[in-house]
Amino acid sequence: MKRVFPILALLTAVLLSCALYEALVAAPTEQTMGNVQRIFYYHVPSAWTAFLLFFINFVCSIQYLVRPNPVADKLTNWTVIAIGIAACIAAFVIRPLPEGIEPSSVATTGLAIAGFYFLIRKCFSQPRTDALAVVTAEVGVVFCTVVLVTGPLWARPVWGIWWTWDVRLTSTLVLWLIYVSYLMLRRFSTSGQTPVLAAALAVFGALDVPLVYFSIWIFRTQHPQPVIGGGGSIDPRMLHVLLINWLAFLCFAALVCWSRYRLEILQREVEETQALEALLEPRSSR
Amino acid sequence: MNFLYAAYTATWIIHITYLGTLVRRYHRLSGEIEELKKK
Amino acid sequence: MSKSSAVPSGVTGATLAKDLRLEWRSKDALNSMLFFSLLVVVVFSFSFDPNAEESRQIAGGLVWVAFLFAAVVALNQTWARELRNHVLDAYRVSPAPANSLFLAKASGNFIFVAVLEILMTPLFIMFYKLRALGPAWQLIPVAALGTWALVVNGTFFAAMSLRTRSREIMLPLLLFPVSIPALLAMVNATTAILTGELSAKFWIVLLSTYDVVFTIACLLLFELVLNAE
Repeated sequence: MKRVFPILALLTAVLLSCALYEALVAAPTEQTMGNVQRIFYYHVPSAWTAFLLFFINFVCSIQYLVRPNPVADKLTNWTVIAIGIAACIAAFVIRPLPEGIEPSSVATTGLAIAGFYFLIRKCFSQPRTDALAVVTAEVGVVFCTVVLVTGPLWARPVWGIWWTWDVRLTSTLVLWLIYVSYLMLRRFSTSGQTPVLAAALAVFGALDVPLVYFSIWIFRTQHPQPVIGGGGSIDPRMLHVLLINWLAFLCFAALVCWSRYRLEILQREVEETQALEALLEPRSSR
Repeated sequence: MNFLYAAYTATWIIHITYLGTLVRRYHRLSGEIEELKKK
Repeated sequence: MSKSSAVPSGVTGATLAKDLRLEWRSKDALNSMLFFSLLVVVVFSFSFDPNAEESRQIAGGLVWVAFLFAAVVALNQTWARELRNHVLDAYRVSPAPANSLFLAKASGNFIFVAVLEILMTPLFIMFYKLRALGPAWQLIPVAALGTWALVVNGTFFAAMSLRTRSREIMLPLLLFPVSIPALLAMVNATTAILTGELSAKFWIVLLSTYDVVFTIACLLLFELVLNAE
């Protein structure tokens, strides 16, 4: 296992350099926006990575809350399986789908949700899901910060404004705020049951995000906003560069998460040992 | 164009800062481990 | 989960009555909240001095921000009282379901904040020369649903922040991000009703959805929070 890390690190470095070259040099220049559009190749993969990490955090939080209770655990397992099946059925039965959404992506999303849930369940024991939750929250916030910084830097030269309250930007900002508050709860909590509280907060955050998205979507249809990232097809060469950058950032995120995870496990072991030391120390020396 | 470089630079600054905090935490933890080992 | 089926209404009612009685006798929280709300209204009036049309556009946002701050002050007080004399521990040990405690606390908070709103509204109307151009009766469901949205999450997060350092600042830090869709709905609904330009129906539906989703979430998860030590 230990040899995988340096190999992965090397692979990531190579991928990132390739991706950077592709983004800056090889990708075709966009017609209307010019070279500034290349920010897209860093902005979008960071967003997708952040969302994936937050999703993993949500799965870990649910598992942490649900696993100690066998009834709730079984119920959740079946619910997740039902979601996967329902997504597959819905993909091909619901006509017409909202614009821009393909049946295959709906089905894949449903299957991915179920897949991630059971994969994490298998690979991580209940206390370790909490460690994974912290890790993905932190790294997710880092990637989300990148999204929120590169976004305005892209918007300013193209639309002349730093910020606008459209669906995607505001939802991303709220997501960032929720997870920063999650991290603050973790840091400031003095309870021995911090993981439980944090997991509850993560569930609240996850419930909130679709509501945010929906509310801003209604807000936007009532008050027209500048159209950002219009739908429609993307040049296949650009798509290729985008995907390479996403792969590179996914590997990078995996590396960072892995390192942070090892650090977290080590820290917990040290704390346990320290606690044990304090208990076992002879009373006179304290 | 400046915005493009600013965006890419900002991205890497954010990532490297985070990695820096990880390294610092690891050093502090190593120190604590050394202390525990001495006992 | 096993405790949630016992007689909820009896315990809830009793706890709520106790809270209200305590508050009526000491009037601690109510006085401080009242004065705070008055200060907020006055300060906002100095800061923004619009004419009648402009005020209709911005009053929605101003009013709800003022109510939000007043609610945070109220919420911080709620659990603090329980911590003294270890009342919270007594609740944990008793067979009363955790949900009933939560409902009682949330309802108590709702009544406090509603009283505040009723007292602050005439002041706002006076200072901003407000007059609703749309259907004014819709303001009542908006206010009720909006206040419940703030209070239900606020009570939950206040219980959570009991076990943190910097308790008072933790509550708004946790509450504000999660409340954003509700705030958006409240502000836009109020503005829609005041200006009469758009329909507030979507926002009222959104607020109702938010209330239902989060009330259920709070009821399900409160026991965990109560028992966390």
